[in-house]
Amino acid sequence: MYDIIIIGAGIIGSFIAHDLSKKLCNVLVIDKEADVANGATMANSAIVHAGYDPEPGTLKAKLNVRGNRMYPGICESLGEPYVRCSAFVAATSEAESRILDTLAERAGERDIEYRDMDGDSARELEENLSDDVIRVLEFPTTGIIYPWNIAIALMEEAVMNGVDLKLSEEVVDITKEERYKVTTDRGVYEADMVINAAGVYADRIYAMALKGEPDFHIKPRRGEYYVIDEMAKPVVNRVIYPVPGPDGKGVLVVPTIHNNVLIGPNSQPVDDKEAVCNTSEALNDVKARASKTVKNLPFDKVIRTFAGLRPSGDTHDFVIEESKTLAGFVNVACIESPGLASAPAISEYVIDNFVKDAYPDKNASDYVHRKPITFMTGMSDEERNELISKDPDYGRIVCRCCLVSKGEVKEAINRPVGATTVKGVKKRVGPGLGRCQGGFCEPLIVDILAGELGVDRADIRYDSAESVMLIGQTKKGAL
Amino acid sequence: MGETTKTYTCIVCPRGCDVTATLNDKGDILSIEGNFCPRGEEYVRNELTHPMRQLTSTVIIKGGLYDRLPVILSSPIPKDRMMDVMKALDGVEVSSPISRGDVVISDVCGLGVDVVASRSM
Amino acid sequence: MIKRELVVIGGGSAGIAAAIAAYNNGCKDILLLEKDAELGGILLQCIHNGFGLHRFGEELSGPAYAEKWKDSLAQTSVDVRTSTTVIHLTSDKHITYVNPNEGYVTVEAGAIVLAVGCRERSRGAIATPGYRPSGVWTAGTAQKYINMQGYMVGKRVFILGSGDIGLIMARRMVLEGAKVLGVAEIMPYSNGLPRNIKQCLDDFDIPLYLSHTVTDIRGKARLNGITISKVDEKLTPIPGTEMDFDVDTLLLSVGLIPDTALLNEAGIKLHNKTKGATVNEHMETSIPGVFACGNGLHVHDLVDFVSMEGEEAGAAAAKYLRGELIRKEDSVIEAGNGISYVLPSYIDTEAMEESMEIKCRVTGNARNVKLTLKNGDKLIKEIKKLRVAPSEMEKIEVKKAEFGAAKGRFVLALEEL
Repeated sequence: MYDIIIIGAGIIGSFIAHDLSKKLCNVLVIDKEADVANGATMANSAIVHAGYDPEPGTLKAKLNVRGNRMYPGICESLGEPYVRCSAFVAATSEAESRILDTLAERAGERDIEYRDMDGDSARELEENLSDDVIRVLEFPTTGIIYPWNIAIALMEEAVMNGVDLKLSEEVVDITKEERYKVTTDRGVYEADMVINAAGVYADRIYAMALKGEPDFHIKPRRGEYYVIDEMAKPVVNRVIYPVPGPDGKGVLVVPTIHNNVLIGPNSQPVDDKEAVCNTSEALNDVKARASKTVKNLPFDKVIRTFAGLRPSGDTHDFVIEESKTLAGFVNVACIESPGLASAPAISEYVIDNFVKDAYPDKNASDYVHRKPITFMTGMSDEERNELISKDPDYGRIVCRCCLVSKGEVKEAINRPVGATTVKGVKKRVGPGLGRCQGGFCEPLIVDILAGELGVDRADIRYDSAESVMLIGQTKKGAL
Repeated sequence: MGETTKTYTCIVCPRGCDVTATLNDKGDILSIEGNFCPRGEEYVRNELTHPMRQLTSTVIIKGGLYDRLPVILSSPIPKDRMMDVMKALDGVEVSSPISRGDVVISDVCGLGVDVVASRSM
Repeated sequence: MIKRELVVIGGGSAGIAAAIAAYNNGCKDILLLEKDAELGGILLQCIHNGFGLHRFGEELSGPAYAEKWKDSLAQTSVDVRTSTTVIHLTSDKHITYVNPNEGYVTVEAGAIVLAVGCRERSRGAIATPGYRPSGVWTAGTAQKYINMQGYMVGKRVFILGSGDIGLIMARRMVLEGAKVLGVAEIMPYSNGLPRNIKQCLDDFDIPLYLSHTVTDIRGKARLNGITISKVDEKLTPIPGTEMDFDVDTLLLSVGLIPDTALLNEAGIKLHNKTKGATVNEHMETSIPGVFACGNGLHVHDLVDFVSMEGEEAGAAAAKYLRGELIRKEDSVIEAGNGISYVLPSYIDTEAMEESMEIKCRVTGNARNVKLTLKNGDKLIKEIKKLRVAPSEMEKIEVKKAEFGAAKGRFVLALEEL
C-alpha cells in the first residue's frame, strides 16, 4: 500500500521521488528497465540549457529558466559535478542573425545573462569556431552534467529515505477503483495517486489507465551522436549551438565533464519506441551539419556513436497535468528538450500543483544524505593513498582509459541503488566510456560484478535480463 | 600423360610461402616448388596425403591465476582428428602448480601424441 | 622524489626484452612496471602456436613464448612491479604509478622505455550503424573470455575484419563448438597472414567476404542478426548487395592502434600514420631519453620482431644513460609511393651506428617490385621483393657506408621492377 506510485525512473521520476522522499508519504517507483536512467536520460546532449530558446508563454520556457537556476545547488548537495561551461549560439547569415535578435530579446525578458559579439571576437574565445560564423550570442549560464548520474544520485537518496524502487518490472495494467491498482509483470501495487513519468511510453501508460485514447501522443524523435575521445585540448570549451530552426536546437558540439566532445543530434521521427539504432544517413548528416559551426572536428578520434529517443509529443509543450477524468492521475509527459534542464523545476511544479500539502514534510534532521561516490581522479595523491591503505583495491586500476579502480567499481555495486550490470557500472563510475570502449576492462568488470553479487560470470548481463553476455563455460561438456 | 598442379599456402611459419606441387595423373608428385625451406616441401607432401595440424586449447585448472590452462600437442595430428581431441579435453581438470611441458593427457585418442601444458601456472 | 636510472613502462614482449637488453648493456637500476597481475602482456591470452620461430627456432604458444622471456628476465636484477598502472608521464620524465601495495608513487627516471602495447579499434571507432546489443566484442576481448576465464561468448558467430586475431578467433570458436558463418573484410585483400587464412578459415570452410562490411546490427538486448554489404572502391556500401546473417555474436578484428594516452600527456610527437610516437633510429622519441618500442610504437605482425625492437630500445636507453647517444643532425625518412608508413622518422647519418634497419608497410599487394631509398635523385639502397603485402612488415638494413655523406630528406618508395 503506497500513497504515490511513480511510473518511470528517468530524470523526471527520480527528481519527483527525491522531492517526495522529504515528505511523510509512502512512495514506490517502478521502471521496466534494469537500471535508473536508462531511457532518454541516458542518451541526450547532457546540457542544462540557459532557457532563452523556448517560445514565450510555454511551460518549457518557464521551467527551463527555473531549472537552470536550481541545478547548481542540487548538484552540490548530491555531490555530483555541474560545470557552468557557457554556450555560443552561432549565426552564419543575416537571416540567422535576425533570429539571434529574437533570442536576445527573450533572454532579456527572462533575465538570462547573455553577451552579443561578432564572429571574430567569438573566434578569439573558441578558436575552432567556423570562419563562416558572423555573430554569436553567448549564454554563460549554460551548464553540462552527467544526467544519468544525477538521476541515480537522486534515486539513491530517495531510497535511503524510504522510497521503494522496483526495476525490471513492466507496468501492464492500471485500474482505478477506490484507489489505483498498478499491475506489473511481477506484482500488484496500490496507491492513491499515480505519477506518470514514463518517457516515450507515457501515452501508453495513460491509455492503460484511461482504457481509451489519451489526449496526447508521443512520437519519439531520434537523435544520433558521435563521441570524440578525451583530448588534452578538446575542440571546444563551450557548447556550440547553431541558430535554432523548426527542427529544434540543431546539431551541437558539446564538451563533456571529462573532456570528451559530443557531436549531435539530428532529429528523426520514429514509430518504434525502442529504435535507439544508428543509421549511416543520420551520422553523415550530423557530421555535415556540425561542420557548419565548428571547424577541425576530429572525426578520426570518434570512439562511439549512439542514439537517443526524445519523448516528443503532439502538444509542442510539456504535458504536466492531472487527468481530466481520472482524479489523482498526474501525467508528466512529452518531456522533450529542454526536459533535462527543466527537470528539477518540473518536479517542483508537480509537487506544488498536484501533491500540494497532502503530506507533511519530514524533519530536516531525519533526512539522510548520500555520501558522494568516490572519484579518485579528482583527489590528491595523499587522499588516494589514504583510501588505498584502507582498501588496496582502490590502488588496482581496472579501467585504464578513465583510470577507475576496482575499489570504485565495488563501491558502485554495493551502494543503495547499486549497479547490477556492466552498463550500470559504466554509468556510475566510467569503465567502458573511454577509448577502448570496454575492450580491456569489460572482462574485469564482469569478474568484479560476479564476485560482489555472488553469482557466476554467465549470470552477469550487459543491461536487461535478455542482454546475455557469456553463454556458459568451456570444457564442461558443450562439445 | 596429364599433369596437374596444386598450389598451397604453407602454414609452417609466418612467411606463408605459396608452394606448387605438380602431380601426374596417378597422383604421384613430380615436383614441389616455391617453398623457402625443406619444411614447406614436407608440408605439401602431407597436405596431399594426410594433412596434419597442431592444436592448441585449454583445460580447466584449479587454484591457478586464471581458470583455464593453455595446452598444446607434443606434435601435429591428422587434421580430421582435431575435434576428437577437443572432445577428449572436455571435463579434464588439473591443479596448480603445473609446469610448462607437463603432460596433461598422454597418447590422446590413441594418436601417439601428448597434450602438454603450454605454460606454467 | 625517488630516482631510477631506467623505467620500462609495460611488461609485455617489448618491455621484457627492453629491460633485459638494457641490463645486458650495463644498466643495473631498472624498474619494470606492468598493469596486469603477471608479466607477458597480450601473449598470455594468445594460446595458439606460431610464436618464436625467429627467436627460439621453434613454434611456441603465446604463453610459452612469454614464459621463456620471463625466465631470462628472472636471471637479471630488474625490479618488477605487477598490478601497477602508470597514471602520469611528464616531459621531464616524472612517472606516477599506482598499485595496491605502494599506492600512488612518483619517480624521476633517467631514461624511459615506453612499451605500452596497443588496443583494438572498437565498433565505435568505425561507427557501424545499427543497435548496440550485447554480443558484439572485439576479437581480443572474446579471446580473453574464452582462453583465460573459460567462458564461451556465443554460438553463431560472424567476424568483421580479417586481422590475424579475428582469423585465430574464428578457428578457436569453431573448436569450442560454435558455428562461424563468415568473415567480412572491407579491403579487397586480407589483412591477416596467408597461413591464417588457410589454417583458420579454409580448414573449416569459413567463407571470407572481401570488399564487404557490416552495415546493420540488429537486436535490442542480445545480438540476433547482422547485414553485410559489398563496398565500392571508395569503401562505400553498395545498395542492393545486402546479405543477412542470423548470428548471436559479432567479433571485430578491425585494426590495432598504439596506446598513446601517456604520450599525449608528455607531449611526445606522434606519427600521423602509425598513431604511435615518431622515433629516430635509436627508437628515441621527440623527448631525449624517452624511447618507444613494440606495438605501442607501431603494430607488428610477429611477436619476435616486437621483442627485437624492445631489445633495440633497451640497448639504446642504456647507451643514452652512459652519455653515449650522441646526435648531430637529424635527417628525415618519409614514405613515398606505395608505402603506408616508414620507421624510423629520423636518422642521423653521421652519428649512426654501422648499420640500421628501416621498417615499413606497403599500401597494397604487389609482386615483383623493389623498395628504394633515395636522397633526392640519389639511390641509397634498393631491394627486390617477389611479393609484398600490407599485412607483412618489410625490413631493410642500410649500412652507414651506404648513406655516405647523404643527409636531409630520404624517401622510401615501392617501384615496379
